[in-house]
Amino acid sequence: MSEVKDVSVVLGQVPTQHMKLNVGPQHPSTHGVLRLVVELEGEIVVDVYPVIGYLHRCFEKVAEQHTYTQVVPYVDRMDYVNSMNNELPYVLGVEKMLGITPSERIQAIRVICAELNRIASHQIAVATFGMDAGAFTPFLYLFRDREKILWVLEKLSGSRLLYNYIRIGGLMRDIYPTFKDDLRDIIKTIRETNAEINNLLNNNKIFVERCANIGILPPDVAINYGCSGPMLRGSGIPFDLRREEPYLIYDKLDFDVCVGSGTVGTVGDSWDRNWVRMLEMEQSLRIIEQAMEMIPDASEDVRAGIPKRIAPKGELYSRAENPKGELGFYIVGDGKPKPVRVKGRSPCYVNLSVIPEISKGYMFADLIIILGSIDIVLGEIDR
Amino acid sequence: MSPNDIYQRLKVEFGDDILSLNEEPGFEPAIKVNPNNIVDIMLFLRDEEGLEFDYPSCLSGVDLGENLGVVYNLYSLKRKHRITIKVEVPKDAPNVPSCELVWRSFDWHEREAYDLLGVNFVGHHNLRRILLPFDWEGHPLRKDYVQPDYFHGMKVQY
Repeated sequence: MSEVKDVSVVLGQVPTQHMKLNVGPQHPSTHGVLRLVVELEGEIVVDVYPVIGYLHRCFEKVAEQHTYTQVVPYVDRMDYVNSMNNELPYVLGVEKMLGITPSERIQAIRVICAELNRIASHQIAVATFGMDAGAFTPFLYLFRDREKILWVLEKLSGSRLLYNYIRIGGLMRDIYPTFKDDLRDIIKTIRETNAEINNLLNNNKIFVERCANIGILPPDVAINYGCSGPMLRGSGIPFDLRREEPYLIYDKLDFDVCVGSGTVGTVGDSWDRNWVRMLEMEQSLRIIEQAMEMIPDASEDVRAGIPKRIAPKGELYSRAENPKGELGFYIVGDGKPKPVRVKGRSPCYVNLSVIPEISKGYMFADLIIILGSIDIVLGEIDR
Repeated sequence: MSPNDIYQRLKVEFGDDILSLNEEPGFEPAIKVNPNNIVDIMLFLRDEEGLEFDYPSCLSGVDLGENLGVVYNLYSLKRKHRITIKVEVPKDAPNVPSCELVWRSFDWHEREAYDLLGVNFVGHHNLRRILLPFDWEGHPLRKDYVQPDYFHGMKVQY
């Protein structure tokens, strides 16, 4: 007769074998062609190894082979849900190298375009984040409203997503006569829908339970990792380049820098990041309302300032506040029509690099929530 | 703090390791330093009272023809000033000490500079390709890079 061993088991301390699970690159919850290799113990995330590069299109190499003007459409294709904001830092950087300052009318139109596109980008972020958590209706409502913004931008530039509207030294064309009426219509619709989204999604108990206290990003970690945008502001740090280093006419506009305050959980959790995006939409509407009044009634030739020959000499790091964070371009020119080097510092690339740090110890289902709250666009990560 | 003040501050601390300051108009104010001591210089910039460059903006690799350059763009959230630090290394021995432990943000940036330009960051814990396939040959952003005709039997140029 064999001896019976007394095996006592303390629940929660049973050692299990770690399992590696492959998520993506073709999976809806990875928001594009992102691959995550997740190391799991049971259902608890031990480590995450992001694998990127599936959408690499050699933006930096291509930029070296084209003239300064020809790079602008390529910049559009980095973060394809907010092309207007992508064009801004690049165009401002080249303008600074050339020593051009566009007129106030051009600057006001640029600000309006950038803010409209910021709202559109945040709408996608909130909508897909809601969908990650299992809410489908807000997705439909937000995309319905986003269509109105895209419609206005299409009337301005001729294309729906990739505008190539902001040119070095000017704009593609002037605004159309009923532009301001369309803006007033958009502002009214978005305010109404956002109030509805707050009731439906952000203050929904099920949604709050899913997101609160999940993926907490402490402020010092966020700074050390170079996070920016709603990711950094969600952790309570009021860092907004529109305020820190004002470009265009942002120093004349009145708006708040929204930060996360831990309303339903801890400061810097997934809910806070999402909430900062909701608050920023309202601030963008305020900016549009003010900038609209700054457009002079008298029309002007917005193409007059576009230089005939663009061959700047110098190098600088130009940055602007993108909906996702700090988008920067390090541009080196040697006095020839083609840039020597254009490096894109993409906010999503930097924000994504923090995911192994903030997702350890959470359940696997929470990893999807954390990833959704970072709001990544793979076109910008892989460039 | 103006770039010149930062330059003088570094010069007092590190002496000959700080090579030059470029303040030409049209150029970002940049301090060129010796790559061998870059980690200590970065730690000094991050921790020293009055400098406090806590926010790593960007790291870019540049092909300068003879040499490879690495450009660090730093910003201070507390003091609201920015500075650019530059190092240059020869192409046949492109070794730069890794700064990933000073700012964790530079982990992926250094991998990218290694991937596209072949800068060897000494001491990086995981210096692998990040954007290109792991078995890609060569570093595409070098000016003398020749594009291969085939990759695993697939035609590269369409």
